Amino acid sequence: MRLRLIREDTSIDFFSRARIWLGISVIAMVIALASFLIQGLNYGIDFQGGTSIRTDSTQPVDVAAYRTALEPLGLGDISIAEVDDPLFDEDQFVALVRVQAQDGDERIASETIEAIQEALRSVDPEMTFPSVESVGPKVSGELIQSAIIAVSMAVVAILLYIWLRFEWQFAVGAVLALCHDVILTIGIFSEFQIKFDLAIIAALLTIVGYSINDTVVVFDRVRENLRKYKKKDLKEVLNLSINETLSRTLMTSVTTLLALVSLFVLGGDVIRGFVFAMIWGVVIGTYSSVFVATAILLVLGVKRDWSKKDPSAGTRYGHIDT
Amino acid sequence: MLNFSLAKYLTIWLIVALGLVFAMPNALYNRVEAYNDATALIEAGQSNASIAADAELWPDFLPSNLVNLGLDLRGGAHLLVEVQVEDVHASFLEGLWPTVRDALAEERDIVGFVTREDSPATELRVRISEEEGATRAFQIVRGLAQPVASFTGGAATNIDVTIDGTLLTITLSDAEMVAMDERTIMQTLEIIRRRIDEVGTREPTIQRQGSDRILVQVPGVGSANEIIDLLGTTAQLTFNPVVGRTADAEASPGTGNILLPSLDEAGVYYIVERRPVVTGEDLENAQLDFDQNGRPAVAFRFNTSAARTFGDYTLENIGNPFAIVLDDEVISAPTIQSHIPGGSGIITGNFTVEEATNLAVLLRAGALPAELEFLEERTIGPELGADSIAAGQIACIVAGIAILVYMVLSYGLFGVFANIALLINIGLIFGLLSIVGATLTLPGIAGIVLTIGMAVDANVIVFERIREELRTAKGPARAIELGYEKALSSIIDANITTFMTAVILLVMGSGPVQGFAWTLMFGIMTSVFTAIFVTRSLIAMWFARTRPKTIEV
Repeated sequence: MRLRLIREDTSIDFFSRARIWLGISVIAMVIALASFLIQGLNYGIDFQGGTSIRTDSTQPVDVAAYRTALEPLGLGDISIAEVDDPLFDEDQFVALVRVQAQDGDERIASETIEAIQEALRSVDPEMTFPSVESVGPKVSGELIQSAIIAVSMAVVAILLYIWLRFEWQFAVGAVLALCHDVILTIGIFSEFQIKFDLAIIAALLTIVGYSINDTVVVFDRVRENLRKYKKKDLKEVLNLSINETLSRTLMTSVTTLLALVSLFVLGGDVIRGFVFAMIWGVVIGTYSSVFVATAILLVLGVKRDWSKKDPSAGTRYGHIDT
Repeated sequence: MLNFSLAKYLTIWLIVALGLVFAMPNALYNRVEAYNDATALIEAGQSNASIAADAELWPDFLPSNLVNLGLDLRGGAHLLVEVQVEDVHASFLEGLWPTVRDALAEERDIVGFVTREDSPATELRVRISEEEGATRAFQIVRGLAQPVASFTGGAATNIDVTIDGTLLTITLSDAEMVAMDERTIMQTLEIIRRRIDEVGTREPTIQRQGSDRILVQVPGVGSANEIIDLLGTTAQLTFNPVVGRTADAEASPGTGNILLPSLDEAGVYYIVERRPVVTGEDLENAQLDFDQNGRPAVAFRFNTSAARTFGDYTLENIGNPFAIVLDDEVISAPTIQSHIPGGSGIITGNFTVEEATNLAVLLRAGALPAELEFLEERTIGPELGADSIAAGQIACIVAGIAILVYMVLSYGLFGVFANIALLINIGLIFGLLSIVGATLTLPGIAGIVLTIGMAVDANVIVFERIREELRTAKGPARAIELGYEKALSSIIDANITTFMTAVILLVMGSGPVQGFAWTLMFGIMTSVFTAIFVTRSLIAMWFARTRPKTIEV
């Protein structure tokens, strides 16, 4: 007996509630965008500039004491966050201290970093600093720029590829589904104020890759079925294609999630944000390739019969003639 | 389709075997690393018992390439610096002034007196006193222009000259700026490399990025500050004639002179001639030494031509002080006691032994042509890296086992085939990473775990397809064949799109993100290869042997 996620002969009607699904997606996207515009992302130093110091101490983290120690340095906005991870030793207490980029100071002053470390050692002389990262405002500005370019390039490249391999309607459907995934991912990062840094951009691009992977497998089947069932309604063909590929779609999501969840739990706190983005992306990506991409395809319609002229094009010219 | 030719079998399994052989050194990372270090030392001409023992740790005929561990895994310092090329433009114009002055002075009858006027650092302004001589002066200065030394060639000269009444303005031409920037960056790269090599850390990465930036990565350094100390000093050493000494920081030095603070004596300033007699570029050697009082000093020796210039200067200026200037600070200003013919001497200051050693290193490596600005600095402690590796390994193993079990539960025997392919796949990723010498970073490990999850995808697509084909009852052989045939286009399309995003990441990303892109890219390549060829040949072999009447996928 095999383990089956779904029955072999599913025939779920995915479009009976297409409006509801699209509606939910649109509302979710509006919420995500609103959250992004209102409270913005919690940018890491990669994108905002500044210094981030990881502290490691055998004493429990006392945020107030750290803050008091750092106060006299007059470094402006300081954020101190305790990091908790099941993998830490029992007497290991880690915090992340973040200092904003100093005004008009491109050069990262080693003296400043040393002063911070000195001040923190006054709280616990045994404290160590496993990582110190400092990014100047010039570089962080460029990093944002190149991140935006990278994501846009990926989307455009995919648009072009799908357009070449399929029809433009497929390309539009796939890319809208991608934008949906990216917006919702950015939305969750803004809503929960999870640190957004360079690694998250990598995660975003992977989500783009994963989601397109899923969508393409469905589309590929749609294309095949469109040739096979010339007389069937587009809606029926789409439904059939989704059902046929559903088992694979879920199977792959489950194996990928198995991998990601074990990384999330066991991979340490340094990459947890990154892995979280990917888990979320896989879930959203799977949803969007089943519900969003195909629904858009249904709305746009697909040119079926290559022997005759596109009837809609014909009517359009007809109108012009009259 | 199900029956591969023998040649195909052999090719497939040869590739697998090769990939695994290249991956193997990574399984014994420490051992192979010790071997690599030892062989490198032996090649460099060093040897002793422990090195020889290390060199025996790994057989020579096996590949010994390892996956590079990124700084986030190994620990070390990462710095991004920007070379201030404008400095070089300014100092070139500065150096041009005496030449211009002398050339114009030769025709004093026509051009009159020549004076320099204050100007921004990007230009040199020269005023002549005779208006009738303007055209002649313009010609003379134009005549000083040299062709630009660059690869692009062209007839460009290095300076542009404009004249407005009696004011001559000299600027660098665009072509010269480009060529000069290029030279400056190359020279800076070289000097950074020498300075870091002098300290003797292993495998530093010193890379140019963009037009005027350099990325420096030094594994195993406890703090980026050590590297900053080493690179933060320009180490521009000059010997300038001293004009006077003052306690007034606002004193006007007069044209052609500059006011420089003393390094040791607070509140003391020296007025020195801007143009040095000799510079650190003419040094042949510099090393730690001690003066007659036993205090640390730096002994230096000039090359022959500089030794002669220095000798002549000391002969003519006995009794006058001259200043030893390091990065715009006067280290000391001794009085010339006698003619110094040999071109060697010592620099004394209030140095500690460490400072003197460092200064000698910097002088030997040469001065940076321009100052460096530090844009980005990251230090990762080795423990954090080791923790990350350990966590990544555990996650990999758990994820791997979960997926292996899940695949067997879902697809039975075919799941076992897919699992064998998956294990081979992981090996191949490491093999490729080692061959290319790509760097594995923490996100890279995540990439491998993700690949483990996604690698089975191509197999899943095929298996699901075979299931479907079986339902239309064509017999197992035909179903398997059709399954592969029809799934291929999905697999290719799906993976090409993901591959494109990985390439974009590789091109646009930096450091850790690139590490992720490498593993993702190789993961896609190997997973497609293993799904299309490895799993398939396993199934084909099994099928040929058992000839089942029915199969269950």
